[in-house]
Formats: sequence, structure tokens, C-alpha cells
Amino acid sequence: MVRKVLLDGNEAAAHIAYRLSDVIAIYPITPSSPMGEWADQWASEQLPNLWGTVPSVTEMQSEAGAAATIHGALQTGALAATFTASQGLLLMLPNMFKIAGELTATVFHVSARTVATHALSIFGDQGDVMAARTTGFAMLASGSVQEVMDLALVAHAASLESRVPFLHFFDGFRTSHEVMKIDQVADEHILAMIDERLVREHRARALNPDRPVLRGSAQNPDVFFQAREAVNRFYLACPQIVQRTMDRFGELTGRRYRLFDYFGSPDAQRVIVMMGSGAETVHETVEHLMKAGERVGLLRVRLYRPFDAAAFVAALPKSAKVVAVLDRTKEPGASGEPLYQDVLTSLLEQQVAGRGFTVLPRVIGGRYGLSSKEFTPAMAKGVFDEMKKPDPGNHFTVGIEDDVTHTSVAYDPALDIEADDVFRGLFFGLGADGTVGANKNTVKIIGEETEQFAQGYFVYDSKKSGSVTISHLRFSKRPIRSTYLIRRANFVACHQQTFIDRIEMLEQAAPGGTFLLNTQASAGDVWGTLPREVRRELLNKRLRFYVIDAYKVARDSGLGGRINSIMQTCFFAISGLLPREEAVARIKDAIRKTYGSKGEAVVAKNCAAVDRTLENLFEVPLPSSAGNGRVRPPVVPAEAPAMVRDVLGEIIAGRGDGLPVSAMPVDGTFPTATARWEKRNIALEIPVWDGDVCIQCNKCALVCPHAAIRPKVYPPEHLAGAPPTYKSVEARGGEFKGLRYTLQVAPEDCTGCGLCVEFCPAKNKRQTALKAINMAPQPPLRPAEQENYRFFLDIPDFDRAALKLGSVKGSQFLLPLFEYSGACAGCGETPYLKLMSQLFGDRAVIANATGCSSIYGGNLPTTPWAQNAAGRGPTWSNSLFEDAAEFGLGFRLAIDKQQEFAAHLLDRLRGTLNAELVAAILGADQSDEAGIAAQRARVEQLKAALADAETLEARNLLSVADSLVRRSVWIVGGDGWAYDIGYGGLDHVLASGHDVNVLVLDTEVYSNTGGQMSKATPRGAVAKFAAGGKPADKKDLGLMAMAYGNVYVASVAMGANDNHTVQAFAEAESFPGPSLIIAYSHCIAHGINMRLGLNQQKLAVDCGHWMLYRYDPRRAARGENPLELDSHAPKVPLEKYAESENRFQMLLKSEPERARRLLLDAQQTAVRRYSEYARRAGQTPPG
Amino acid sequence: MRTIPDLTTNYLGLRLKNPLIAGASPLCRDLDQARRLEDAGIAALVPSSLFQEEIEHELSAHNHFEQLGAHSYAEALSYAPGLNYTPGRPQEYANLIATLKAAVEVPVIGSLNGSTLGGWIDYAKLIEQAGADALELNIYVVATDPQQSGADLERRYIDILSAVKATVSIPVALKLAPYFSSLAHFAREVDRRGVDGLILFNRFYQPDIDLEQLQVVADLVPSASHEMRLPLRWIAILDPLVDASLAATTGIYAPEDVLKLVMVGADAVMLCAVLFREGPAAVTRILEGMRTWMHDHEYEGVHQMQGSMNHCCCSDPAAFERANYLRALHSFA
Repeated sequence: MVRKVLLDGNEAAAHIAYRLSDVIAIYPITPSSPMGEWADQWASEQLPNLWGTVPSVTEMQSEAGAAATIHGALQTGALAATFTASQGLLLMLPNMFKIAGELTATVFHVSARTVATHALSIFGDQGDVMAARTTGFAMLASGSVQEVMDLALVAHAASLESRVPFLHFFDGFRTSHEVMKIDQVADEHILAMIDERLVREHRARALNPDRPVLRGSAQNPDVFFQAREAVNRFYLACPQIVQRTMDRFGELTGRRYRLFDYFGSPDAQRVIVMMGSGAETVHETVEHLMKAGERVGLLRVRLYRPFDAAAFVAALPKSAKVVAVLDRTKEPGASGEPLYQDVLTSLLEQQVAGRGFTVLPRVIGGRYGLSSKEFTPAMAKGVFDEMKKPDPGNHFTVGIEDDVTHTSVAYDPALDIEADDVFRGLFFGLGADGTVGANKNTVKIIGEETEQFAQGYFVYDSKKSGSVTISHLRFSKRPIRSTYLIRRANFVACHQQTFIDRIEMLEQAAPGGTFLLNTQASAGDVWGTLPREVRRELLNKRLRFYVIDAYKVARDSGLGGRINSIMQTCFFAISGLLPREEAVARIKDAIRKTYGSKGEAVVAKNCAAVDRTLENLFEVPLPSSAGNGRVRPPVVPAEAPAMVRDVLGEIIAGRGDGLPVSAMPVDGTFPTATARWEKRNIALEIPVWDGDVCIQCNKCALVCPHAAIRPKVYPPEHLAGAPPTYKSVEARGGEFKGLRYTLQVAPEDCTGCGLCVEFCPAKNKRQTALKAINMAPQPPLRPAEQENYRFFLDIPDFDRAALKLGSVKGSQFLLPLFEYSGACAGCGETPYLKLMSQLFGDRAVIANATGCSSIYGGNLPTTPWAQNAAGRGPTWSNSLFEDAAEFGLGFRLAIDKQQEFAAHLLDRLRGTLNAELVAAILGADQSDEAGIAAQRARVEQLKAALADAETLEARNLLSVADSLVRRSVWIVGGDGWAYDIGYGGLDHVLASGHDVNVLVLDTEVYSNTGGQMSKATPRGAVAKFAAGGKPADKKDLGLMAMAYGNVYVASVAMGANDNHTVQAFAEAESFPGPSLIIAYSHCIAHGINMRLGLNQQKLAVDCGHWMLYRYDPRRAARGENPLELDSHAPKVPLEKYAESENRFQMLLKSEPERARRLLLDAQQTAVRRYSEYARRAGQTPPG
Repeated sequence: MRTIPDLTTNYLGLRLKNPLIAGASPLCRDLDQARRLEDAGIAALVPSSLFQEEIEHELSAHNHFEQLGAHSYAEALSYAPGLNYTPGRPQEYANLIATLKAAVEVPVIGSLNGSTLGGWIDYAKLIEQAGADALELNIYVVATDPQQSGADLERRYIDILSAVKATVSIPVALKLAPYFSSLAHFAREVDRRGVDGLILFNRFYQPDIDLEQLQVVADLVPSASHEMRLPLRWIAILDPLVDASLAATTGIYAPEDVLKLVMVGADAVMLCAVLFREGPAAVTRILEGMRTWMHDHEYEGVHQMQGSMNHCCCSDPAAFERANYLRALHSFA
């Protein structure tokens, strides 16, 4: 009996790899991380492989480490596998050459992802696997979730037989994350596919001191070449072995594959050659075109390496006149993309050899689908149409508008070939409202409980807070091959009322379809709330329109803000996919399955919500005309800069696919200060200031992760023309005598996290529940506060040279140059970045490691890095995950060199320039803000003097003159970078002695990829890849850096001591050598109430888990102890801290004895570590 | 030759070697402590309660944090490892009961603490299966809801009791709060529904104010000796009215305290604060004091004095009633 399962491509690949491996080495990278997570989870559940033992699953410090570990495990006889993508695969390349050169059987499963070039992209294309095609790995491509499971097994079996290692790949996200109903390969079939004799032979080749060998020798010009050629016969035999393996698999399962699978007219004249998920779309298109009588076909490439030219040519219909080869990659400067070149070479070689075609077909090549760009039947037809032309374009692109080099093939975007009987649903939800989870559940219900095929694909936002999710669900009686987004939906659901104004969703509704809206408006009133565009779509397409107030139902049912079960019930109730009663029963079953382990109360609440839903779901009769509704507001205001309005605004509006090549920068360079134009209005509540209670400490502004609450002091005359609700009070403090003080909230940028309110120390004496800032609903406050905020921003900032920048209060009067990021609401990292931007942003150059900070800092459409009124601000770049330290060192070296060159030229031009000015510039003291401001003025004077100069030296000086103002180089990254993948580089840069500032935003876990363990993860914490709790202590990065003696090191936690943080930043930046700040950053991955994040920071310090210290080599030079220990000895038990975070709680609850043992050890470490630091700091260690 | 007074008593159908029970507290979590208490003469142990709130909070917290940030961002579809999660606390408690049972010979009484009906009651079965000799049901309600009448609350107690009695076959005692309008009536009601024992009284955490932080703080203040008088009065009143065993808790420090409580009808007494203060030695001290007093006053055993001064048997029943108040006032004056 075939078991039908619903899973995604990652799980399908991991399922096979896990069953066939002894050793798995992993490292997180999107979109392959879930494969490793599955393996780790199964191992923690003691699930055995097919040989009855639990595979050893080990997380490494990088993909390079994972590949080397696999290499080692293979060399000592294990069956070993790994998973990766993109840059991760690139880091594995050196070992892949070795593994292949040593003819070692293994499979690397790759969810193919774009390689970073002008920008990073987490999405899918085959650029990464194409970079691996010279390694000697065989390469097998899967195009659907079913194929992933099937061909994963073929890869493992064929690798063992051929001794050629395999790279099994499938498209990132489109296949890795698509949930499909597939046939699971039964364990007995997996066993039947593996020849135990080959496994034993693999083991017999292992390094074994009982029969010692030497492998991995160094060879010389005399024999290396011959030895390299010795592998040939294995590669020659490999394709036949793969075909035999596929045939054996077909006999067992009935699913048959060929090295090259042809589908289409037997006498096709136009054939597309391609691999991956796009082939499914072309398959659908070919079916459609054949029905119209067109002679077209598709040749799917399964085994890409070794490329069997004879098999390829044999599989291609000899009737073909034009062959279009589609590559999902770009190789700039090449004579064509890789598959295109292979096809050309094969055809020609075979013809020369007298096989295949007597007259070669015309071969054209094109690129499609880079970075998960949609590839639709319309685009496939566009290619077929191009092939009809007498002189079809070559080296074309499809799916974009290339209005610069005119490569793009034309297509009709309106073409829709999906059959009417395929149910297509589109669901627009918030990340936090459970829409995706509910839709995955729906796919499961339909897939498991009916005969229908089911497909779920989910599109996520580029923001981490207030993110929009779009679920694409298809159900059909026939297998689903549509590997593209739904463009014509029978059912559209809007789970958040505010989306109506922001997202063009009904444009994607099919005529006669259904629209479901979650709204507070009643069925009678809702029409009046809709914008005109939505009304028109409803009427023109004659949609059936339903409304529900899901949040009210959720509240009444005790579910808080979780509306997933409610909206899911609505969907079943009105979609007609299942009889209503049956659907309700199935949803309740699903609720029991999903929440059964969470307790009866959770189940009961959700089931009650299901019943209430049906009573609150109403159909809205449509009026005969649209009436005079409001028009949708513009996405960005008309006064925004052109780039923001015309390019970034289109991306914000969800119309980025329509932007032509000419709209894009040629080298990935974008303006900063753009987040301010993207008003997201995601906060349900915002802080409201009570000036009478406020003590003007500015702590709220310091800790705001989004720079959405700002203080300002200014002369009273600036209040002229203030909006009626604008608030100000007399400023406190001698230096601000006679001035006014305002604390203003940015109502549309605040995320409502509440950190500011929690951190506010001023309580209202009349009502102690209130403070100087208190949360209140945003919508009624928005109009007035918008006006107030605009007025506030127009008031000039206080002179930064006159502020006490070493204090919290003083620093917060500085303009934040990091604002309104898309980081999680309540993020623990961004307050540090904001502080850095305030103190040094106007002269900062930032090298940012890949991770959360590079995503909320640099993910399009907008960036939070901002500019001051003079147009100065942080300039930012991301190179890779592993190299931020070296990248930043490069900045420093270049800036220093330019400075040196500028000084040299100044000296040479001394005679032609104002000598006094030259002397002042060269001798400038830039140790404080006043000195820097003075130097800036001098440099401006110099530049003015040089403006008209014509000598080479003068022109050169003008080009480097800016570097005469002190630059602040910042290297920023998370603990995954600093402790793990980038540690080697970081260590080297710290040892170099150069003046760089390193900020480690330590969340103690890989936050960006979803919470995998890093070496910063504390002992006893549960994380992905450490499901049983991390057994080892956190690495002491600060101590390692201090060992150099010439590195400034600070360990800070803003929530524990905010002044200490400000002081450390100021000291680090002023230190004329390498500085390292390790900043405790609470994180959503800790499993905490993010509103209390700063309290957790304090608790972390109080229990000794985190210490506050500053190590300043300048003190040593003065004969003082360089280390100052700034936190007190542990004063609360570490268990109290652990009990307040779910990362520890999970283990305390699931394995209490192990958890207590680990925490006891952690407690002892904390005490011992504190004593050790106290001793180093010259203090008496606590008794 | 002096005869040694017989201290044995019957509580919840269990024959105890004396009336002293180590009441629900973390002391009994520690095996060494439990053994030392047994060596000192304690007659039964009650490890600190398994709390409804603890179980439900654990479940809902896990649910909450599993969902927190999930399915929002393409690179991090979740932030916690997908574990097949079952709440660990009930099993941990059951393991503790089983371990204690293996370590000591005296009866071990499980304790379950909650305030509403719900799935947590199923854990009573787990405690029984772990080997507990009896179950103490601690219903902990601070009646703050003005919509809820006293009768509603009493109904809730009875419903929870009935649900637990239907779940387990070991004896079940009910630990009560002192705030009933008509405790005698309520005690009779639960007695009729088969409660095996009543423990008087539950000791609520009383809030305090932190003046510096302007925050309400909660901590446990150890009971004082005079607080014993409240259970003393009510045991005296209830002893003639109910068949269930009666146990006293709160403010028991001296042998005399135990003797008085036994005389008004207590079958057992729960020691807690005194054990924290003095350790197991307190048990030895109290038992020795009881024996000396009983010997000096020629009592053969506890059974002889049990209930001898209850509401019916004492010479001055009014002393347990309102008259007591007037008399106290007069004597003060």
C-alpha cells in the first residue's frame, strides 16, 4: 500500500538522506536549513536509520567545516551526507574536489539558491550548483517534491555503485518549501535499492590502521596528470549506473525516470531543454499547446553531470528544428550558460560522430527564473513563440523586461492555462496571525482526507515585523504541476483589513470567485469602508463577498489574536471543497491533532471558535454600482525622491516584477534614508507621553529598536505654529535652561513593542500602573501624531558638539541615523546599532556580516540607514557571512591609505595652498565632536580651494580630501558570524592592530535562519541542532580577544546598565586600534515576551550569565589594570534566569534532570568566571 | 516501669505511627531530607504540590513560544526546534512520588493544587500510579469575581472533588481555605460526597508592597504559633459533624500544639514552617514532648484524647462560638 504524505522538498530529501546515513554534518543556510533541522530532530527522537542505529548529526562552524567533516567520515568508512545551498555550497567546493578525486560515495542534497553577486538573495536559482560543476560530483536534478524523494534515493544508490559522489539538487523555495501530496518511498523499497555489498565495499576502502594506506598525497608534474585521468572509467560508467538505478526504482515503485526525459509531440519541431521545477511548468504548457495542435516538446535533464551526450541526443526528437535551452543561472561573459553549452557541444559531437541529427537543429539559449523570479506558462509559451520566428533571439531572457540590452523575449502575461477544475486559493495574512500554519493544515486535511491532490506554497515578506504572508493553495483531482504562483484565484481571503489599502489582491481573483474579508465592519457597513478599486473588482468580476470579524470571534473564544482556526473555518464553510459539516469535523480533528499536546483548554478554545465562526460569517449582497468610495492611498508620498517613488515604491506596492532592467542600479548601489518613506502602521498600540510624569532621562529613546520615540530640546520660539496636540515641557538640566523638551512618537513607524514603556523608570504617583509613557491604541492617535511628528522633525536638532555624548541622556538628543527597520518588534540588536549611528553615524563606514542585521539593514525595498540634514550618514555594505571582519579591515586599509595619500599631497601642495589651513588640517585634533566639526569645515575650505585647480596632484587631492576627516569603521555581525563562521577572520583582524570597531550583536543563537545553536549558545539552552540542550559552555570571546593585550574589549547589556553601554561605545570608537564590543541582544529565539527583553538582559547580568566589563589597553599603558569589571557578583540563581526563558524552560520541562544538571554546571561556570574576571581586574574575588 | 504512650493514629484510612506529617513543601523533594525526616519519626510525607497553573502555564507557554515569530519570515519559519512535547512537570512529580516511595517506608501523600475543572485533574491518576498512598487536593481560590456567589464557589470545589474521586481509588483529602460563609455546612456537603479527609487550612500567599519600586510583591511568610488557633476552632466544630479525617496545618511548633489539635479532633497535623526552621530535629522534639506530656498526664495513647475536647465533648461548647469573642473582650478589658 502506497503511503500518501504531505511534505515539502526539504523534508523529502532529508527523509531519504537520514535513512541512508551514519554521519550527517550540517550548517544552517536558507533554504536548506530545514533538512538539517529534520535530521537533528529525528536524531534527538532516537529515530534509527535503515541499519537500526541513530545517525550522528553534528553542526559545524561553517559549510566548509561540514564538508570537511563529511570528507573525514567518508574516508573512515561512514555513509555520510550533508545539506546546503548557495554560499554554503561554495564553501564546500574544495572538499568536494577532494571527495570526488578520491572516488567516494556520498550525496550532498542542495536546495539550489542564488549566489550573492550585486546583492544577496535567499531565493532559488541554479547559480550555486553550476559553480560546483567542475568538482567531479555527479549532478542529479529534481523538479518536484515527488522527484526529490525519488531521485534522492537514486542518488544515494547510484553513488554507492559508481563511487562517484552526487550533488542532488532541487530549486530553493519553489521545491524545497512547496508542500505537496506525494507517494512516500517505503522503507522496504529504500532497502531494496541499496546493495549491501556496495556498502561493505565502501567501508572496506576506509582508512584503517589494521590495513594502513596513504591517501591525499602530494603529487608532482610527472604523475599528477595521469593519476587525474585514472578516474575516467568511473565517470564513463556513471550514467548507465544511474539509468539502471532509475529502472530498478521504477520496477519497485512504478515511477520511472530517464537520464533525459522527453515529453511532447513525437514529431516536435520546437523543444525546450531544461532542468528543475520550471520543467513542470513547461510540461503543463506543452500539454496545452499540443491540444492546440502545436508540435512542441520538453526534454528534462535529470543527470546533468556526467553529461551523457549520446543519451541526450537519443532522447531529443529528430524532428526538432529549434531547440531552446533554458538555464536558471547567469554566467556573465560566457559564450552561453552552462546547459546551453553542453547541449551545443553534445549535438555537434554526436553529429560529427555520425550519431543523432544529420541536420542540426537551431539551438538558442536563454535565462529564466533568477532568484525565484516567476516562470509561468505564459513565459514558456513566449519562448515557444520566439522559436517560431525565422531568426529567434539567442542568449535571451524571459520573465523580465530588459529595456537596456534588449534580451527579453515577449510574452502575454494574461495567458492562463490552468484548468477551471483546479481549485486555487490565495490567502493574505500577517505572519503573527497564524495564516500560514492554518493553510498548511488545510492542505493536510484535503490531501490526507480526500482523493484530491494538494499543493501549498507560501510567500513571505522581507520584513521581520508586521510581515505579510501570501499562501497559494491548489487542489485538483489530477496531479498538480503548476510550479508558479496563482494568478487567477477562485478564492481570495484577506485576513487583515488594513491590507485592503496596501495590496492589490482582487486583481488576482477569477471572475465569479469568492472574496472573504476579515473586518470589524458589519455586512451592512463594510461596503462603505472599501476603496474604490476593491469595489470595482468585486462588481466587475461578480465576486461573492463574505465578511467575518475574526478578531472578535477570537477574543470571545479566548484565543487572543490568533485567528487561524477561524479563518480556516470560513474557508471551508464557503469554498465548498468539502461538505460544511464534514469540513467542520475535520477542522476539529485537525485542532485536536495540532493542539492535543498543548492541553485540553487550548483544544476547547479553538473548537469553540470554530462553532462561533459559522454564526458570525455573513455574505454581503453587492450593490449595483461601486459608488463614490475613497481611492487607495499611494504607497509612498508623491514628495518622495524619484528613486523611492518610482522604483522602491513599486517594490513596496508588490509590483517589483514589472520594473524593467533600466530601473535597476547596474552595480547594486542604492540610496540610504529610504525606510522613512515606507510607513507601515503595524502597531496596534503606541506609546503616549505624559510630560508631567517624565523625568527626561531619554532611556525610552535609547532602547527603542526602531527609533520611533525621540527626544528633542529646543528654544521655545520653535513652538510657533505647533499643531494643537503637540506637547512640550520645560527642559530639565542646567545645560538646557530656558529650552523646551518634547518626547515624540513616530506613530506610523512604531511597532508597538512596548520596550520603551517597560524601561521607563518614571511612575505616575497617582496611578502606579502608569508611567511617563503608556501604550494606547494607534488608529485614533494616528492623524494628530502624524502631524506632531512632522512638526517635531522640522525643529532643528541640538548642537551635537554641545552635548554630553558619554551619557544616555546626551546621546539620545543626537539624530538617529538608523531608523524604522523591519527588525522584529522589540528587537534586542537594533538599539545598539541605533546608538552607534547616533554617536558616529555621520562618519561611519559599516561592513555588515550576513545575518539579521544585514537583512533588516539591507533588504529591499528600503533601508533604515539614514542621513542627517547635511546628507551625511553611515555608508553600508555586506560582503558575505564569513568575511565581515576582513571586509571591514579592507575599508580601514583603504581609508588609511587615502588619508596618508591626502596628507602626502597636502604636503606637496603646501606652497600653492593656504599654509595655515594645511597645517591645521594635518595637525587637527579630531578626538571629539568639536574637533571633527572643525576639521570638516577645514576640508570644505580645502575642497573649495581645489575646485578649480588643474594640476594632477590637486585633482588627486580633491578626490581623497574627504578622508582627512576621521572615519569610523564598524564591523557588525551576529554571534553566528563572530563565534563560528567568521571567527578565524575576526581573530586575525583583531590581531592586526588596525583601528576597526567590531560590534557583535550576540543573540546566542543563529537568529536569522531560525534559531540554530552557535558557540555563543549557553549551556542548557535548547536550540535547533541542540534539541537536547547545549552541553557545552558559551565560548568566552571577550577573554580570547583580551589575550592579545592590544584590543579594546567591552561586554555590554543595555538593559542591565545603559550608561555602561554608552560609555563602552564611546571608548571603543576612540581607541586607536581594534575594538570589540560584545552586546547581549535578547531575541525572539530565546522564547521570551519581547516586551520584557531588557528585563531579561538585567537578569542575565544579575545571575552572572552575562558580565559587564571594559578592557582598555590605554589603561595598561598608564600603568593601571586594563580590565574594569563593571557588573556585580552573581546575586540571583542562574535557574531564575533560565526559568524565565523558553529556550531553557523547554529542557527543564521535557528533561528536568538533564536540564538541572546543565544549569548547575552553568551556574558554577558563571561563579567561577566572575571570580576569574574579578581576579584579573584586581578585585577580590567574591567568597 | 513507665508505659510508652501509643501515638498511632488513623488518617485517610492510613495507619500512621503518630499524627505528625511533613506538610506539602519543597523539603520532601530532597531524598536525603525525606529520609532524615523519617528517621526523626515523621509519620507521612507530602511533597510540594503539582499545580494546575504550572501544568496549564507550561502547555500554553510552550504553545505560545512555538508559534512566536513562526511562519512570518522566509529564512526562519520557526525559532524553536520541533519537539514532540509533553509537559514534563507531571511526570517529574510522579517520578518524585515513586522515588520517595522506594526510599521511605512511611506513607507518601501526593498533592495536587488547582482552582478550576480541567485536564489537569487527569494527573491525579498519574500520581496514584506512581504509588502515592493518598492524594491531597488543594483548591486554591481567591474569590475576586463579584459575579460569582459563595454557592458557585462551593459548587466548584464539589465538582473538582467529584472529578478527582472518579479518577482515582486512593483516599482523597481536601485542603480548604478558611473563607467559607458556612464552613460546617460545606464540610458536611463534601463529607457526604465521600471526601476522605479535610485539611484546615490552606495558607494563602499574602501580597506586600515594595515602596521603592511601587510594586506589589508576593512572598511566603512563615506561620506564627498563634495562627494554630483558627484550625483548632474549626476542627473542634467539624469533628462531630463529619466522618472524614481531619488534619490541621499552620502554626504548629510545639508538642502542646499537637496535643491541643488532637484533643479537638485532629487525626493528623501538618508540619511545615517548623521543619524549615529546625529541620528534622523538630519532629523528634515534638514527639518526645508529646510522649512526656501524655505520660505525665497518664494518657495511653492518641486515640484516647482524639476529639475529647471537640465542640460536643468539651465542657464549654460556646467557647468555640461567638461567645468566645465576648469573653475574650471581657478578659482583655
